[in-house]
Amino acid sequence: MPDLGIDVLFKGTNMLRLLGGLWVAARISLISIVISMPLGILVGALMTMKNKIVRAICRIYLEIIRIMPQLVLLFIVYFGTTRAMGWNLSGEVASVIVFTLWGTAEMADLVRGALISIPKHQYESAEALGLTKVQTYIYIIIPQTVRRLIPLSINLITRMIKTTSLVLMIGVVEMLKVAQQIIEANRMTSPNAAFGVFLVVFLLYFLVCWPISMLAKYLEKKWR
Amino acid sequence: MADTLLKVENLVKEYDGQRILDGIDLTLAQGEVVVVVGPSGCGKSTLLRCINALEPVQEGSISLHGKDIRKGSKNITEMRQKIGMVFQSYELFPHLTVLDNITLSPVKVQKRKKDEVKAEAMELLQRVGLADKAGSYPRQLSGGQKQRVAIVRALCMHPEILLFDEVTAALDPEMVREVLDVMLDLAKQGKTMIIVTHEMQFAKAVADRVIFMDQGQIVEEAKPEEFFEHPKTERAKQFLNVFTFEHVEK
Amino acid sequence: MNWEFIGKYLPLYERAAVLTVKIGLIGIAFAILVGLLCAAIQYYKVPVARQIVAVYVEISRNTPLLVQLFFIYYGFPKIGIRLTPEVCGVIGLAFLGGSYMAEAFRSGLESIEPIQKESAISLGMNHRQTFQYVILPQAISVSVPAFVANVIFLLKETSVFSAISLMDLMFTAKDLIGLYYKTTESLFLLVVFYLIILLPVSILGTLLERRVRYAGFGD
Repeated sequence: MPDLGIDVLFKGTNMLRLLGGLWVAARISLISIVISMPLGILVGALMTMKNKIVRAICRIYLEIIRIMPQLVLLFIVYFGTTRAMGWNLSGEVASVIVFTLWGTAEMADLVRGALISIPKHQYESAEALGLTKVQTYIYIIIPQTVRRLIPLSINLITRMIKTTSLVLMIGVVEMLKVAQQIIEANRMTSPNAAFGVFLVVFLLYFLVCWPISMLAKYLEKKWR
Repeated sequence: MADTLLKVENLVKEYDGQRILDGIDLTLAQGEVVVVVGPSGCGKSTLLRCINALEPVQEGSISLHGKDIRKGSKNITEMRQKIGMVFQSYELFPHLTVLDNITLSPVKVQKRKKDEVKAEAMELLQRVGLADKAGSYPRQLSGGQKQRVAIVRALCMHPEILLFDEVTAALDPEMVREVLDVMLDLAKQGKTMIIVTHEMQFAKAVADRVIFMDQGQIVEEAKPEEFFEHPKTERAKQFLNVFTFEHVEK
Repeated sequence: MNWEFIGKYLPLYERAAVLTVKIGLIGIAFAILVGLLCAAIQYYKVPVARQIVAVYVEISRNTPLLVQLFFIYYGFPKIGIRLTPEVCGVIGLAFLGGSYMAEAFRSGLESIEPIQKESAISLGMNHRQTFQYVILPQAISVSVPAFVANVIFLLKETSVFSAISLMDLMFTAKDLIGLYYKTTESLFLLVVFYLIILLPVSILGTLLERRVRYAGFGD
């Protein structure tokens, strides 16, 4: 059995440092999710409004955010703001801004999709039963929308977590960066560490995302 | 009686441990029209699906001209071409035009000449009043039109026997007649048919023989006048009462 | 905005864009192959292979491309597998995209009601004919929106290639920012080039989706 360098992780605090890196990525995702969920619901609801101008503005926002690779957005916010506005954002703040903008756009699209997927008859039959507009939303529309929405939102969370791996590229010290540092520091004693350490990073990402995906899949099946 | 075309003997079909068909015996002569009636879940549609070898059976035999036609039997794809089936939900192929729906199988399966099949398809469409729809796609047709196309599609394979599985059940009332008229016309031409339906007036008009099924068994079998005027069994009487309002108390 | 600078470095971006598109397209082509194979295995419920596909799909969908690439590019040489950045990019994209394409094709196949198959069978078609003439054409048209969405997603994912020292658009932009501090110009060119790559596909996707959703066959 050749030395694949996994033992490096058991030296000193290496494993803890790696998990610390994972936490940095997770923290960015969590903050972004918490902010972008309500914003996304708001924007998504705005997009089903009759007002054409509101809809157009939301649409443009959505298209711009969604067509650009997230890494490009990270570059724009991280490097661009420094130049254009003289702000000196830390990589982590820039990441939260980008993921919030992106998460809001994705969430808005999901909300809009869920809202327009409710057939018109549902509104009409609620009205026929004498429910007010507010009652119709509270008792008929929102419960159905939420059931469609929750599995998709959970999926969005895994996408967000996976995407946070990109923050390495704007200098945030997250799991991949820590992994690189560990490999670099042990270059002499454990030349093959790159295999073992990156394998562990790979598996850690999987272990975080997979259960969440499974939950989404389960809920989707249950509520279909 | 004329030659026996189809013979079903002691047919048993089970699904999830439940008996759907429980010892069905049925023979069909050339040119005969049999209408199968009965309450929902009595097994009448399953019987058609077994005859078309879409369902495996557990016991008994089904034969056409004395040849086994159960699902999984030898040369079943070839034998199946001799049996045409029309479904309640039409099942036209949505990605093909009306004409292509009709000609696909004769050309690809029976390897007949495209021109010849096309000519025949057009003639049949003409007869059901849909010649102008040959280039349309299924979604541009009404339910009644789709069902007439489905019948033409089955006919174009030159089947020896035609199975109709509640073909008017999904149609709006005003479209039922146009489909039933096509079937009456086929009966007049001497086609052999098994028809599962809930249209009792139509059954009376088209059938040579009526079969009443309940709980997977054939309960009664008679000429249509006899069955509808003087049903023998209690179950048949009860079933037929559902279709009249004579016993409603004011 | 310094237009002179932009003019000067335009060719550099062009070269990078060509590289991005080239590796992107080759990777997507392989992803389609992997996806078709996996979808067929799942649709026909091939024993053993089906379980392997299920595991592959979960792994591929629940790990980031960047981590996959790091593992392939920096990890594999340690067990004797040395690959160029270009090959790594293609493999990574095929590994990631294969599962997304498989899901698109699979849901297309599964969206066709079993009674359509029965209807074809009752017209005397055998399994191959049923698949070829009835199931496949319908399944493909159902998968089109998801397929195009995947192509866009994968093209966007190519942006991480710079991490394994591929001289793509991101690499070029970062290089110029680092060397000359021409941040605005570098980012401007970056956005423009990504728009040139992604906008046509996105517009095509919207058109196709509208056609499939609102019109279907026959309009």
